[in-house]
Parts: sequence; structure tokens; C-alpha cells
Amino acid sequence: MAQPIGTSRLGRRTASPWWVAEVVATHPETPRATTLLLAVPGWPGHRAGQHVDVRLTADDGYQAVRSYSLASPPEDGERLALTVERLGDGEVSPYLTDEVRAGDRLELRGPIGGYFTWTAAAGGPLLLVGGGSGVVPLMAMLRHRAATGSDVPACLLYSARSDAEIIYRAELDRLATAANGPRVVYTLTRSQPTGWTGYRRRIDAAMLEEVSGLPAPGALAYVCGPTRLVENVASDLLSLGYAPARVKTERFGPTGS
Amino acid sequence: MDTSDDAAVRLDGNAAAGPLQEIFALELTAARLTCAGCGTTRAFGADPAYMDAPGLVLRCAACGAVLLRLVHGGGRYWLDLTGVRCLELAEA
Amino acid sequence: MAGGIISRGFHGRRRPPAEASRLPPGQYLTRDFPVLSAGPTPHPPLDRWDFVIKGEVAAPRRWTWQEFRALPSERITTDIHCVTRWSKLDTVWEGVALDTLLAGVGTAADYVVAFCDGGYTTNLPLADLTAGQAWVAFAYDGAPLAPEHGGPARLLVPHLYFWKSAKWVRGLELVSDDRPGFWESLGYHNHGDPWHEQRYWGD
Repeated sequence: MAQPIGTSRLGRRTASPWWVAEVVATHPETPRATTLLLAVPGWPGHRAGQHVDVRLTADDGYQAVRSYSLASPPEDGERLALTVERLGDGEVSPYLTDEVRAGDRLELRGPIGGYFTWTAAAGGPLLLVGGGSGVVPLMAMLRHRAATGSDVPACLLYSARSDAEIIYRAELDRLATAANGPRVVYTLTRSQPTGWTGYRRRIDAAMLEEVSGLPAPGALAYVCGPTRLVENVASDLLSLGYAPARVKTERFGPTGS
Repeated sequence: MDTSDDAAVRLDGNAAAGPLQEIFALELTAARLTCAGCGTTRAFGADPAYMDAPGLVLRCAACGAVLLRLVHGGGRYWLDLTGVRCLELAEA
Repeated sequence: MAGGIISRGFHGRRRPPAEASRLPPGQYLTRDFPVLSAGPTPHPPLDRWDFVIKGEVAAPRRWTWQEFRALPSERITTDIHCVTRWSKLDTVWEGVALDTLLAGVGTAADYVVAFCDGGYTTNLPLADLTAGQAWVAFAYDGAPLAPEHGGPARLLVPHLYFWKSAKWVRGLELVSDDRPGFWESLGYHNHGDPWHEQRYWGD
């Protein structure tokens, strides 16, 4: 059951528990990505960008722990969403995307992360750059931005292999057309639908400059995805004039090929 | 410093935060660490981390020196912070 | 690890232990080859690579890559056991026996510190490196050893937990006083015998 967590000015915790989450529903986002909707009684709240560690235990005691970003904004309370991309040879992700069903229970540790987080009060303008499942914590930020009615200018540059692999496509398109909505730009790196006029290559310095321009005062950038993409984009953003402290990164490791 | 071969195993301080949460009451990813090797200061979350080495190793993004090492096993934790000259945390 | 509610239908990547008798206590069989590294993969140019035996020896030894590859080598088929609990059976390597490298090295030292590109070290008794127990391996599964697995050459000491089989090895320092290496100084067992489950200090 949920353990109370004491907090002080410095966020001191009295315990670091494993929360028990019940899977409420699963929802495929793309052929490889699935969202798990979880109910976590007692969840202490979180900030957009934070993640949880999920722990699985086999009946012989073998355990595996993996980190997943929270896709849900803090405004969703005890109803958490995780979006998991299946890595072909992964030990945990195929279980979460293909096997888990409503009624199952998972153990989570978190929320984790005080660095790769954004709250509306932090301002902007906001540049979000994501590759593949790196869009998940960025989506939590955009959902939080929408929920608070923030008018901080925001732009998402999202690299995916193909149109079918854009996670949250419908919701992103809807957010983009709303008043004060974010600007959403896709680049499709492996295949593009007929008539595609958008970018069709890996994110590079030229694309970043076209999409985001030079950083305005107060600009914040969040970059998340495969390690290589994150390191290249972060380096390009520094060349564009972003201050190092204003570029936050989260490396996810490699993606499946 | 890092090569593309490392993409398979190189994460960053964000991934290290979970295991460190087991022993630290304070959230470390927002901390700024000063490297005892080269003296540069950076947010913990931005430094490369090797998660399963068979322990956790956080390295300085500038010079590659080991900042922090953590082993967890046999009912104990072992932590080496000698690579961190100074750790700065803001009040929440 | 402690506790944990059982995750319905979760098995991980493991296979049923048909070869259970070949697994040391607490190990699981794996078919893949996990990459565990404490730092970035080094890429020493082979024309500047060398392997050195130094320390408390009558005369230090040094081999360039060409000289090293000209030494007699052998094929080794062995099981390997990682302290993180995975074991891999019947792995095939090619390497130069430590007996060959240590032949004629005059020493009274009892201990060895293996040192590597990237700064990793591990320590072992000299007696664990001789009598056909250890190699410097340059090929795995019929191909040159890949960088992420320790290439161009790594130590191979399969009777101990695999953190002792130091990747990117560049030499051995022979010492009279045992000197704990990178992991041995932070909780991992000084000797590391998987059959006695010597994982951590005090085991």
C-alpha cells in the first residue's frame, strides 16, 4: 500500500518505496509503442519530465528494473501513463507492450529526476527535441502546458522513422491547432508518405536553426531520445547560442535498429 | 571523449537517480557537481552514466574522470564520491 | 534483491536451466552477450598498442601488437560467469596464454594488477593466472574481439567472475602487496570465485 512520504524544504523523503500500480488499460500508440494507464493510490505527484523505475519479478525471484518516463502530466494525479516502445531483443519492453493487461500490477519507484523537468512557471520559450520514444517526457511537458493554459511559446521537433511511428500523432496535431498551441515539426527519417513535404533526414544544425531560430532570452531546450541524437543535438544547440545550463538532456540509450 | 560505440551503454545522471534515491534523501539530479579532476561544474543529470558496469559509474562530461561510483549487492551499498570535489543543491 | 510482487507472465530473457549443473550458485543462463562498461570504449590505434609486464620483475616485458600476435595462441572454449548473475556457456575465444607471456619472467611477487585503457584495473593472485587458467584474448566467436567486448585484447580468466577478465587490457603489474582494483575497492570480493559465490566483501 502507499507509504506516506515526509517532505521538507529540501524535499527530504522518509522512505523510497516501491509503489504498487494497477494497470487500468493498455492502448497501442504505434505498431511498436504502447501506453499503459496505471492507477497508483497515494502517488505523491510529479513534474513533467520525471520518470519512474519499473521493477518486474519472475516467480523464481529474478528481477529486472527499467526506467520509463511519465507520459502523463502532474494534473492527472494518481492516474499515471507510461508509453513503452518495444525493443526487439529487450528483456522488459516486449513484456510491457505485449503481455501486460488490465488488472496486472507493476512496481514503480519514483518520481525520479530533478534535472530534466519543466513546469509552466519555468517559462520559455520552450524548444523540445525528441527522437523516437524520447518524445514521451516531452509530451508530459506539452500536456502540462496545455492543462495549465500556459502561453509560453513552445516548439516540438520530433524525429521518427515513419509516419506510422509518430507516437501521439493525433493528439499532437490537435494541440498544434489549438489557440496558443505548440508548433509541431516532424522529420521522418526512413520512409515518408506520398506527398510528404516535411523534413526527411536526421536532425542537424541546419534543421534546428530553421525550426527554432536563434535562442530568445529565457529560451529553454529539452532534448530526449537515443544517446547519439541527444549528444549531437545538444552540441548543435550550443553552437546556435543556447547556454549550456539552458539545454537539458536525457539519454535513452540506443533504440532498436 | 565518447565514441559512438558507447551509445549502447552510456546513459546519463537521470538514469542514475533511481538507484541513488535508495540511499540519498535528497534528489541528486538537480545537484551541480564539481569534478575533482578538472574542476568543471555541471548538473548531475547531464553527466554520462554507465549503469550496470557491474556498478553505477558517473563520469565528468568534460574530462571523463570518474565522479561517483555505486555498488549495491549482498544487502549493502558501497559509494565512492571522491571524484566530486563539491556538490551544490538548491533549496526546493 | 529483496521483495517484489510477482509480475504475471514475466520470465526475462533467460532459458530453463537444462545445463543447471554447469551454472554456479545464483546464476542465470543467457544466450546473448551483455555489454557492461564502466566508461567509454577506448580505441587505441594498433600501431601504438602494447602489452607490458612490469613491476617486481627481473626485467619488464613489452610486446607490440605484431609481436603479440606472433606469439603462439590457442582456441579456448569455456563458460563465463558475470557477477550480475548471467552466465554464458561454451564461449569460444582465441588468445595467448598467460603462461606464454609470463614464461621466464623472474618474480617473487604473488599478486598482479591488470591495467587497461580507460583506467580500469583488477587484481588477482599470480597463481590464478598461470597453469592454463588465463589468457589475453584477441578473438571471440571466430572474429576479432569487438571494441565493446574489450577489443583489441582483453584478459580472460574464466574461473573467476567476469569483472576480473579486464577489457582493453594493456598489461600486468606484478606486486608483493595485493592492491584492490576498480571494483574490488568498492564492495566486490577481492577474489571472486563464482563457485563459492564470492560476489561482495565478506562473502
